[in-house]
Order: sequence, then C-alpha cells, then structure tokens
Amino acid sequence: MVEVSRHDIIIVGGGAAGLRAAIAAAEADPSASIALVSKVYPMRSHTVSAEGGAAGVAREDDNLEMHGQDTVKGSDFLGDQDVIQYFVEQAPKELALLENWGCPWSRNEDGSVATRAFGGMTVKRTWYAADKVGFHMLHTLFQHSMRFENIVRYDEYFVSKLLVEDGSCRGVAALDIRTGEMSAILGRAVILATGGAGKCFPFTTNGMIKTGDGMALAYRAGVPLKDMEFVQYHPTGLPGTGILITEATRGEGGHLKNSQGERFLVEYDYGVGQKAELGPRDMISRAIIREIEAGRGVSGSYGEHAHLDLTHLGEEKIMARLPMVRELCKIYVGVDPVSEPIPVRPVVHYMMGGVDTDIDAATTLPGLYAAGEVACVSLNGANRLGSNSLTECLVFGTKAGEKALEYARGAPAGSDDALRAQAEEESARIDALRGRKKGGEKIAAIRHEMNAAMEEGCGVFRHQDTMGAAVNTLVQLKGRVSDLRLEDDSKVFNTEVIAALELHNMLDVAESVAVSAHHRKESRGAHTCRDFEHRDDQNYLYHTLCYHDPSGPRLDKKEVTLGTWEPVERKY
Amino acid sequence: MGEPTKTFVITRFDPDKDEVPKTQEYEIPVEADWKVLDAINFIKDEVDPSISHRWSCRMAVCGSCGMMVDGEPKLTCKTALSDYGDRVTVEPLANFPIVRDLVTELEGFMEKFQRVKPWVIRAKEDAGAADSKPPMNDKGTFVQSPAELAEFKQFSMCINCMLCYAACPVVANEAEFLGPAAIALGHRYNLDSRDQGQDERNEIFRDEGTVFSCSFANECSEVCPKNVDPAAAVNQAKFGAVIDWATSLVLPRASAGRRGEQGGK
Repeated sequence: MVEVSRHDIIIVGGGAAGLRAAIAAAEADPSASIALVSKVYPMRSHTVSAEGGAAGVAREDDNLEMHGQDTVKGSDFLGDQDVIQYFVEQAPKELALLENWGCPWSRNEDGSVATRAFGGMTVKRTWYAADKVGFHMLHTLFQHSMRFENIVRYDEYFVSKLLVEDGSCRGVAALDIRTGEMSAILGRAVILATGGAGKCFPFTTNGMIKTGDGMALAYRAGVPLKDMEFVQYHPTGLPGTGILITEATRGEGGHLKNSQGERFLVEYDYGVGQKAELGPRDMISRAIIREIEAGRGVSGSYGEHAHLDLTHLGEEKIMARLPMVRELCKIYVGVDPVSEPIPVRPVVHYMMGGVDTDIDAATTLPGLYAAGEVACVSLNGANRLGSNSLTECLVFGTKAGEKALEYARGAPAGSDDALRAQAEEESARIDALRGRKKGGEKIAAIRHEMNAAMEEGCGVFRHQDTMGAAVNTLVQLKGRVSDLRLEDDSKVFNTEVIAALELHNMLDVAESVAVSAHHRKESRGAHTCRDFEHRDDQNYLYHTLCYHDPSGPRLDKKEVTLGTWEPVERKY
Repeated sequence: MGEPTKTFVITRFDPDKDEVPKTQEYEIPVEADWKVLDAINFIKDEVDPSISHRWSCRMAVCGSCGMMVDGEPKLTCKTALSDYGDRVTVEPLANFPIVRDLVTELEGFMEKFQRVKPWVIRAKEDAGAADSKPPMNDKGTFVQSPAELAEFKQFSMCINCMLCYAACPVVANEAEFLGPAAIALGHRYNLDSRDQGQDERNEIFRDEGTVFSCSFANECSEVCPKNVDPAAAVNQAKFGAVIDWATSLVLPRASAGRRGEQGGK
C-alpha cells in the first residue's frame, strides 16, 4: 500500500542547490512544510566533491561587469545575458550568507574572506576553503538546515516519477530504499536539485550517484532538456579513477607540461594567450588532447596523459592551499606533488545542459522548478567557468525556493486519491522490475556499452560519424534495457533495482546528449566538431531543446538572450 | 600464470529472510591498484548483484563507504587492497544495527548529530547590530582572522563516515553515547569565533551519556580517515563544559564568555 504524505514544497536532491532552496523556503515561511527528498543522506551529495571554489565579486579591483563579461565570454556567448547579470549581482550576497552560517572560508590577514585566481576569470574572485570548498559548503548548508523544524527530510528515498495532475506537478513517487515501499509525497510545487549525469560516461569526476535522475524525471514529464550537447571535460583528472584535481592547482600557479617538459600552453598557440594555465576548461582540455595527438603526451598505465607540475609551489603553499590534492595524489596515483608532477588527463566533469528553466528557475511544467547542475538556466552556455557552479547552486537554489513557495501559495493541492493511484502504478512497475529473473540483459553490461558509446561519440573532439554511431547504439541499448535480468528480489535496501532505474535515467539523458550534439554542426565552447571547426552564429546561436517522444528525441530551438555583450570571436 | 585473485568473505543479511547475519565467499581476480571498494563493486557488477553496500564519491570525502575490513573500520575507497592477504573479510561497520548486508543504520547518529546544534548560534541582541561581535565588514562577512579559523578548522573536517563510532569502546557498551563525531562537531561550533551558542551546547555536553562518558581510549582518532582527532575535541569539550559550569556558579546571570577570552562579558 502506498503511503501518502503532504507538504507545501517538495525538493528532490539534498546537495547545495536543494539545501539552499529548502533553507530559502523555510526561512521565507516558517509555517510552510518543506520536504527534502534525497536518494542519499544529504552530506553524501556530490557537492561534497567540489574542490576549488565559488565565484563572487569581493575585491576592490573587481566589479560585477567584469564577472559578467568573463562568464559570457566563457560561455562562448551561449549564456543568457539577463541570467548572467542576475547571477553576478546575487553571488557576493549568497557567499556572504554562507560565511554567516559558518562556512570556514580561507581568510586574509585582516580577517576578510580570501579569493584565488581561476580559469577564465580576469580577477581573483573565487572564494575558497583550502581545496575542499564543496565539502565545506555542503556541510555548512546541511548543518544550517537542521535548525529549521519545517524542513522534513526523506533520506534515502529514490524519486522515480513526478506526479502530474491537470497539467501541474503536484508531487513525487518515491521509493523508500530502506523498506522497498513506495510513497506518494504530495505538495503544491516540486523543485528538482538532483545534480548532473557524469556517470553516463566511463571516465568522470562524478560520484556513483550522478545518474541524471532529475533530468530524466523532467524529460519524461514533457519538459525539454536544453543545451545537452555541452558536456564539460575538466582538464585535470587522475588517470584510472577520474578523480578531480582542482583547477585551483593552476590558480595557485601550477603548470601543465608535456613529455618534453614544455609548458605547452605557452609554447604553442591554443588560443589562451597570456592566460596560459588560467585559460577556460574547454580550451585547455582540447590543448591536452592535441599535445597527445602531436606525440608529446606522457605514457602511463592508463594511456597517454599530461603532467601537472606543482613542485615549484613548495610544500608550505601546497599544504596551506591544496592539502587534499596532495592527499588524493598520494592515495590514488602514488605521487607526492611536492616533489613530482601529477599525471592528468581531461575527464567528464559537468553538464552545462539540463532541465530548461527560465530566470525564475521555473520549468515549462507549472509547479516544477529546477536549480543547480540538473537545470539549464543558461548561465553557463557552451562552457562553464570553474567556480561559477557552486555559486549557481546558491543563487538559483534560493530563487527556486522562493518562487516555488510563491507558486505553492496560489496552487490547488490536487486530489490525494488520483495522485496516490499514479504512485501505485509506479509501485507496480518497480515490483515487476525487482528480482525480474526472466530477463536476459545485465545492468553492468548495458552501462559499459552506454559509457563506451558516449566516450567515443561525445568526447572532447567530436565528429558527425562518431556522434551518429553513438545515437544508434543508444537507441539499441534503450531497446535492450527493457529486458533486464535482476537477481535481487529483496525489498530491504535493494540497490540493484535502484541501479536499474538509474540506468534507465542515464540512457534517456545520454541519448539527449548524443542527439543534441549530432545536430549542432559547429564548434562552440565544449562542443568541438572535427568536421565543423568554427562557431557559426549565423545558424547556431540558439539553445537546443530536446523533447522526449516515444518515437525518439525531438529537437527544437530557443532564443539566446543577448543585449549587453555583443558576441565576438572568443580569444584570450 | 593466472591472474592474481583474492577471496572476499562478505557479511550477508536480509532481515526478511535471515535470523542472523551470515557470510558468503567470493574469489575474484584483482588489479594491483584496486582499493577494497573496487573489489566489492566488481563482485556487485560481475558476480553477485544482490550485495548491498553504500558508496559514491570514491575519493574519500562523501563518507558513504565505511566498513570493517579484516575487523578494522576503514573507508573502503581509500584502503589499498594490496595491504591485505589472500582472504579479506568485509563486514558492516561495528556498533551499528545492520540494515542489510554491508549497510548500517544511521538514524541514531543523525539524531545525535542534530542534538549538538551543529550550526552558528547568534545571541538575539547581536542580530544585525552595528557593533556585532565579531565585527562584520562592508561585504557582509564576519571578520575572522586566520588564527581564529585555525582554532576550529580541524574539527570541521569530519565527513560523518562513522568509523569513529565503530572503533569506540564506549559506543560498543553504551549505544546511546553521543560519540566522537557528534561531540567534535558541536565543539567545532563552540570554537568558532562567529558562534555564541557555547552555553547551550555545554549544557548538552554536561548531560549523561555525553562528553564525560568518554574513557579516552583514543580509538576514534586512530581510525579517523581525515585526521579530525575527535578524541582531542571530546577532551577539550569536557574542559569547556566544566569551566562553563563553574563560571556560571560564580557569575550566575552572565553568559560565560568564550574560552580563551578573559573573564567573559
């Protein structure tokens, strides 16, 4: 029997964006009941893995115009300029609030918050807490959220469906992982804050939980995914595991080198000019691949890579600013960056695309909002600048919380019975999947094939042929996934059935990435085509919308909001 | 020569089917650079998908994958498999009820965590005051020196992985003991120059089953994968709770003042 509970707002996801939304709503109306639903305990959310920092104007030599300009240029002019302006205005206030709530930001001698240099940013505007910024922000937000009695947590509940009635989103069907029982968690508005989908790819900085759940939920409910072709490869991941080595290593003065020991970003023209290691991520990832293709890669047991050299920074600075980088290198590649270069290669890190929202974090489905990496509010365009995304979680998490609350005040509650019936259908679907021994396909096998197709087709460099092949493979895999074989028929903490649901989600998201990428015949930001090498504003200065359709993804266009900064050639 | 293999002896328990936990053995090929978690994931993917365990970041920061490896609490994603023999025992974290297989019950900890009020508490009269303590600058941030940050920073590094509870001899006998991580996190806020909630937390710390239950075995600090040193936090918290109590006897209505400040306010 499906249990029904009622709240005013339901937030799906307990990372930075979800927690910030919950706090914003809880503060704005202490009488409102806010459900925070997450498939993991909030402190396990993937925000925890962010390292380098969060951007917001803080110094006298900086201003909002400069932050905006850097962001729009970083986006290769695909960011919406009204969104960027709103973002840079709110960023310092949000970061200061985190300070007030206890975030242990690193400090200057005078007691003000310290800032560091980051890729694509002209001024030091990245706030940091050594190199564990995501960890500290997440724990600060989670701990601060505990003071609000009107935030009701559903920890380790997996949301498998949005409940929609009369064209409005009025709740979620959520599987209690602990008991295996389905719940109908009902409310007047729902906010998605489930993060990205890096696990569609084999080599990623993302944790196991980043399976694009919120994107798939919205997509299947008829909301378009936007700009899905833009997948950020972070230039510096550890070979083998894909563990992130923060851009702050370069912000603090680290150098990228090839097998000749050359600083190739300085020696060769990769378009980053004097910025060298402080160029934007898309350009530096391409430069590393080109160095490897030019025969100047460093060989290792996981293939060719580049070197990230911090040895000249000295032990004291590394321990003060980058202690986790040192720890990670020692544990996962057996290298001490104080005395040796770190092996690094580009790694899938972040989805610029996501659930299409407007500047108010609202989707096209009334009552459904989205914020953080799951959303595409169009701050990041074709390439996100490092340290903008943690701040994005705060700025648009707050916006989503406030707007959802506003919406909820005027929205009808909907019918318990009708919504429960939907959740019961969902419960039956999952019951049929659990321990489904009549199938012939293995979860891990389909996942591996999807991963391989995405790496081949949607890598740093793309080609019409390989993208087309990825699309075809994904169509086949989507057929095969309906014949999964599951071994575990237990109800309690059945992680196999969760993995099956996540695999469905990833396949939907992966397909939207491949189809969107295949259609965009130009090179812009992180989407780089071998066969269409230049940006084509004439034909492609628009957002890609991807709609779910039983016969396959359907694409449409959405205008980019310009008006402040004229699109020009992107050079550093 | 065949591939190197190891045998994993893994705890299995499904409350709907089993009276008590049992073990199951898996012999699998292993890679030289694997962590213990890689082996468990291999078994889950390729051998027996019915095993349940928690994990996510695989970079030692999300705190999900704590388990007993050959009897010791370990974060399995940072524990090198090469340090172990041909037979490796993997069990759920000790001192917690088992939910299923390698998954333990966290609700008890979450309640303890919340009890220490792990958030910045500001005195009402100081809210928004122009002469707040500590002062606030024109950017809206409190002034906090690097030295003041260093006071509490170490205790803010806890990833809530629960290894310290699995190692603690007091928790083993007294499940209700507030425990190392929760005390360290409460103490972290007591030490933060922005916080004014020491009185409230010290009152909690004087309750039964909290700081004075600690026998100072130091096991928590030994197993902490993040070098938080919760044992030091517990000891400092004991001291703070006593000083605060003693001060309140002498100055009944005064807020006891920050530790390290002269006399209080």
